[in-house]
Amino acid sequence: MQPRVPDQHGHFGIYGGRYVSETLMPALIELEKAYRSARRDPAFRREFHHDLSEYAGRETPLYFAERLTKKLGGARIYLKREDLCHTGAHKINNTLGQALLARRMEKRRIIAETGAGQHGVATATVAARFGMECEIFMGKEDVARQSLNVFRMKLLGAKMRVVESGSNTLKDAMNEALRDWVTHVRTSYYLIGSVAGPHPYPMMVRDFQSVIGKEAKRQILAIEGRLPDYLVACVGGGSNSIGLFYPFLRDARVKMVGVEAAGSGLKSGRHAATILGGKVGVLHGSKSYLLQDRDGQVRHTHSIAAGLDYPGVGPELSYLRDQGRIRFASATDREAIAALQELAEVEGIIPALESAHAVAEVMRLAPRLKKGQTIVVNLSGRGDKDMGTVGDYLGVKL
Amino acid sequence: MNRIDARFAELKRLGEAALIPFVTAGDPEIKTTLGILHALKQAGADAIEIGVPFSDPMADGATIQRASERALNSGTSLPHVLKLIREFRRDSEIPVILFGYYNPFFHYGLKRFVRDARAAGVDGILCVDLPPEESGELRRRAENEGLHTIFLLAPTSDAGRIRLVARLGRGFIYYVSVTGVTGARRGLEGQLQAQVARIRRYTSLPIGVGFGISTPEQAARIASFADAAVVGSALIDVMERAGRNGEKVRRARTFAARLKRAMKRVAK
Repeated sequence: MQPRVPDQHGHFGIYGGRYVSETLMPALIELEKAYRSARRDPAFRREFHHDLSEYAGRETPLYFAERLTKKLGGARIYLKREDLCHTGAHKINNTLGQALLARRMEKRRIIAETGAGQHGVATATVAARFGMECEIFMGKEDVARQSLNVFRMKLLGAKMRVVESGSNTLKDAMNEALRDWVTHVRTSYYLIGSVAGPHPYPMMVRDFQSVIGKEAKRQILAIEGRLPDYLVACVGGGSNSIGLFYPFLRDARVKMVGVEAAGSGLKSGRHAATILGGKVGVLHGSKSYLLQDRDGQVRHTHSIAAGLDYPGVGPELSYLRDQGRIRFASATDREAIAALQELAEVEGIIPALESAHAVAEVMRLAPRLKKGQTIVVNLSGRGDKDMGTVGDYLGVKL
Repeated sequence: MNRIDARFAELKRLGEAALIPFVTAGDPEIKTTLGILHALKQAGADAIEIGVPFSDPMADGATIQRASERALNSGTSLPHVLKLIREFRRDSEIPVILFGYYNPFFHYGLKRFVRDARAAGVDGILCVDLPPEESGELRRRAENEGLHTIFLLAPTSDAGRIRLVARLGRGFIYYVSVTGVTGARRGLEGQLQAQVARIRRYTSLPIGVGFGISTPEQAARIASFADAAVVGSALIDVMERAGRNGEKVRRARTFAARLKRAMKRVAK
């Protein structure tokens, strides 16, 4: 049996930990204490589950994709419909949990980074729901390609902070959010949207997101009478994948596939496949695989999916990869677009470009499996936000 | 004896506080940095902090971010910085502290990094995103080579953390004077003197203060109760305003000399 991770210092084997400036250390220690106490408190858990069901709209269906299954002619494909959550993606699971925690810690101001804007929208949403002040950091390039989500955040009352540094994307937004947090650490709560960052974020976000896997497990057992053969999810920072995988980790026969963004191709150098193309390093507070050059400078990344366009990955995913528990695959921009079109035409569901990477892997995997086998794929978000990007890619003027 | 310890012992005898200027290596290019190092030494700096540029300087404000970007654009990486220090060492005995983010050091390989830093003439390593909790390997290796690992304390650090840094820190303790990132500021925090006094109760290590020290007057105030003043962003601001590289070197010398003069005036 595997040891419980993380250990008390936030280490997943050699990964994780807390690599931050001293100013933030006391805040992280305080946050960890507050979270551990909340996790044990039945009232906190009740509140969280109440909001997940009454506000976020859980549980989400586990939908049997009958026509896609037939078309691919192999394993039975189930979609975990996180795209049906309030705000359109799984991100709300985590923002609800952390907002409740922020309220418990009596913090009135919430800051967050966002790439695709889904986490930003989910954060602005819960800030409105709980009457908190909210500022969202977003890279200039992401602001341009996700203008719809930027408008949503503003409507929700959040202040937008456009970040112009480095590659103008998610990693730079996170740098700037960390700088803001260092400056306002006594009054502000930093709501990280992925299983990245310093301890306790990777553990805490995983715990909040694991509602996905818990539901999926109950649902597949009710429908199929047995556990799935494969779980498939896209991996940027890794929150939707670990959310689905975590409750199945001890079920040794359930295979897990994480799908990274291959952008223009792994060999092109223009990609965001951190585990497949990176080396161990330290960024944004934790040790994990990292896309970096030969001098240890963080590399610019590319993916058509803004939510995957990040040079790091959660430390627990690096750990589980080294353990051989998760296999990593990748999908290119082109394959993700094709998967999005396929799912739209065959099932009437337009996935987010991020989730389309997972669907692309399913399209390769399913035909190779037997008819009696099953795959659960995490449809982590819906594609409405991506219509501009997809239109551009296909040369269609909207 | 480590050059840092020797310098602080000498300053203690003189009743003076140390001036520690900070420069990013390779800003705007490595040859100019060598000139700046010599100028700072001539101006009376007691030690120099040399910054290794990093793509994601999360603890830094706009000024040092720009310096880091210029250094990366000029192609500067850790091996170049070590080579620069080796050259500077040919005719300089002033203590040198290597300042940076953990990833470039970690990626270089800690064993090789500490050995090469030692050979180049580095005396101390300050890694801004490496708290004592994660520093085990670097500390062990540095200690074996006679290099100091310097840790930071901040206004948010409680007694437990002060004790931890007092126990594991070497050379001096770097007190971050503001809750925030690096960058020149108009005023210093009012509680600064009391906070330094509080740390003194736990340690006999010298205490340096940095982040936001911008003027000779502020440096003098720091010198009246702390053992060192670190000046980074304000120095880079001064050099940024100069056009040609030769002019940057001259202005660095003038500014550092003014800082040192003001600090000497309050010598005990």
